[in-house]
Amino acid sequence: MGEVLSGSRQREVAGALRAFLPARAVLYEEEDTRPYECDGLTAYRRLPMVVALPETEEQVRRVLQTCAAMGVPVVPRGAGTGLSGGALPSGDGILLSMAKFMRILRVDPLARVAVVQPGVRNAAISEAAAPYGLYYAPDPSSQIACTIGGNVAENSGGVHCLKYGLTVHNVLRLRGFTMAGEPVELGAEAPDAPGYDLLALAIGSEGMLILVTEVTVKLLPQPQFAKVVMASFDDVETAGRAVADVIAAGIIPAGLEMMDRAATHAVEQFVGAGYDLEAAAILLCESDGTPQEVEDEIRRIREVLQRAGASRMSESRSEAERLRFWSGRKAAFPAVGRISPDYYCMDGTIPRKRLGEVLNFIGQMETKYRLRCPNVFHAGDGNLHPLILFDANRPDELHRAEQFAAEVLEKCIEVGGTITGEHGVGIEKINQMCVQFRPEELELFLAVKRAFDPAGLLNPGKAVPTLARCAEYGRMRVQRGKLPHPELPRF
Amino acid sequence: MSLESLQNAIRDAAASRAPLRLRGGGSKDFYGNEARGTVLDTRAYAGIVSYEPTELVVTARCGTRLSELESVLEREGQCLPFEPPHFGAEATLGGCVAAGLSGPRRASAGAVRDFVLGTKIVDGRGRVMSFGGQVMKNVAGYDIARMLAGTLGTLALIAEVSPKVLPRPADELSLKLEMPLERALETMNRWAGRPLPITASAWHDGELAVRLSGSEVALRSAREAIGGTALDAPEAQAYWRAIREHTHPFFAGSEPLWRIAVPSAAGRLRVEGKTLIEWGGGLRWLRSAAGAGAVREVARELEGHATLFRAADKSAGAFMPLPAQLARLHRELKDVFDPAGILNPGRMYREL
Repeated sequence: MGEVLSGSRQREVAGALRAFLPARAVLYEEEDTRPYECDGLTAYRRLPMVVALPETEEQVRRVLQTCAAMGVPVVPRGAGTGLSGGALPSGDGILLSMAKFMRILRVDPLARVAVVQPGVRNAAISEAAAPYGLYYAPDPSSQIACTIGGNVAENSGGVHCLKYGLTVHNVLRLRGFTMAGEPVELGAEAPDAPGYDLLALAIGSEGMLILVTEVTVKLLPQPQFAKVVMASFDDVETAGRAVADVIAAGIIPAGLEMMDRAATHAVEQFVGAGYDLEAAAILLCESDGTPQEVEDEIRRIREVLQRAGASRMSESRSEAERLRFWSGRKAAFPAVGRISPDYYCMDGTIPRKRLGEVLNFIGQMETKYRLRCPNVFHAGDGNLHPLILFDANRPDELHRAEQFAAEVLEKCIEVGGTITGEHGVGIEKINQMCVQFRPEELELFLAVKRAFDPAGLLNPGKAVPTLARCAEYGRMRVQRGKLPHPELPRF
Repeated sequence: MSLESLQNAIRDAAASRAPLRLRGGGSKDFYGNEARGTVLDTRAYAGIVSYEPTELVVTARCGTRLSELESVLEREGQCLPFEPPHFGAEATLGGCVAAGLSGPRRASAGAVRDFVLGTKIVDGRGRVMSFGGQVMKNVAGYDIARMLAGTLGTLALIAEVSPKVLPRPADELSLKLEMPLERALETMNRWAGRPLPITASAWHDGELAVRLSGSEVALRSAREAIGGTALDAPEAQAYWRAIREHTHPFFAGSEPLWRIAVPSAAGRLRVEGKTLIEWGGGLRWLRSAAGAGAVREVARELEGHATLFRAADKSAGAFMPLPAQLARLHRELKDVFDPAGILNPGRMYREL
């Protein structure tokens, strides 16, 4: 559907929005809507029928009410940095950009909270809190660009979430609307809001349950001091075991990251972080706290890493050097983007003890699909980001990359992990949901979605596959030899 | 006991629309509204399923005694970071998660729900489902596992849980300071805005107690910043246990006990009664004979909420009523998980 129908439908929907939105806030000419055709997952593109850019909560409510009444799908969008296609438009729907909601409404240094609009950039919150010695802890690598609204949708993590938690641990309250335009407030500044924890349900729901218009976040005191140890290892499995040894020693580092040689080489050309290019893998292990505390913990970390077989170790001697060590890790994706025309970033999480096995498997897949795959790894959390390099202009490479990714994700499930740790399912991993979850679990997700959005208009078709889609994918989980829903067509 | 027997019990109850009262050790029978229905005892569905200290996660069945689980973790130098109250030796892990109550470490470490990584449930149709998992980060599907913490068994029977665990602090030190209420509230909030390793706080009757956790060097510098008198280790442990388990004299007697949650920097409660404050100001325990309407109004004014925690008469409802839109979403979700309405009906709200 779409192309033929959309001409008159487009005029009708745009006209309805123009009744309460200024002309500049309703885009439908292709040259204006083109920038919204994809998010950070550029392999999937679709032009939205209409783009709406409301500025007030009242306008958002009316957009939703109008769309609900007309049966028009709504896809919310923050900065469009998402990596799973969560903001991929519907061809017959509205792309609802929250870009104009960029005000920081309140920073309360005594209560240590900030109330912000969803279009505020992640890093801007910490910048606003800095004069009070406070910051917002989750720090996804895209933090200079990504918005808090998008972080809420995806439950974003970052390199410090082992110690400081994910978005769900650092957001206290959400304000927004259901698809019907009913106002809702989930959570509270006071702890343990009464009733079910709908805040936990909404965070990470990929913009499918409510449309968020205001976010209250927790601010933490900035650590006085931090230091990073960089340790080199001759093989990745030894590095993986060293991670477990650090945890076994009772240490929860502020950050614990691993990069393999392919990744350090890509990064070093790009930012010159000072990584050991000889090592098969490097670990970055950060300690924060008072200066004495950090010296004490760094000493213990070095002892553990030494015993675990580190071949070389160095530590940051200044704040500039510490930031330089991290800059390489945070620039890993763009750095890889420079050595390959395209790359496909995966996001599986595994039990740390299976790391060696999974990395070996990825190595086999490199041979099988004839594609290279550097690895960066939130080692402390078990969250892998293999980056499959390909060239979309070469016949078949995108297809091979997708098959490569699908096999790795299914391996993550097999070892007891998950297909996505922090990037979300979106459109990208929707087929693997059929492998990770059983049909009744998927049905429950769909029923939860209907409880919030009976007509299924808010970000439809993302994150949770229909059973029909799973049947088509042919990877439905089968229990006790019986296929569920035998009435569904199979392909 | 097998999972199948729990499934069968729930399936049968759903078929005959006969309410079930899900119950572990019964240590939190007092919590929420009156439970009704046939008891479905979960204590026999017990045991630790898997535990790997270096993965920072343990998986155990709902009937596992909390005390047993904690001693297994302690042997590996780890703990449940949210420091749950037991309220009785029989307390189970399932009850702990279903009640969603956290202890003194809540303000610094987080709540029960913050540590739920995954769960296996039996829903109101008797279907077994798993959500989340055993890994730290997982955003596949809606976060049902976390959401179930604190649902008081009204949506599903939590059959198995995988909480994240953490190393026990290397060292702890508790300090006491004389301080009037208003100054204590401000001081606790100011301290929380500085990088001090405070992991518990309690104010009562002009005295503020704080617990510091961390390495020896960290405690030494924090002690200088805070001042006060140090408690010896057994005394400190006994004190925090009494706060957590409500054996502190403040909790004795039969006057209604209110649990009032407010933003930590909120001012004093404008209501008659005695107060004990925890969580850096965020939790105010209140002993008061004032009417439920008055207490809830006071909580609402401070943008908080008031739970009638222990009282002979809970006719006013244990929990603060929800705004209409939220109440509707709750009913819709109840219908998704428990369409026959047989799981702990009325325990949280009358209509759930």
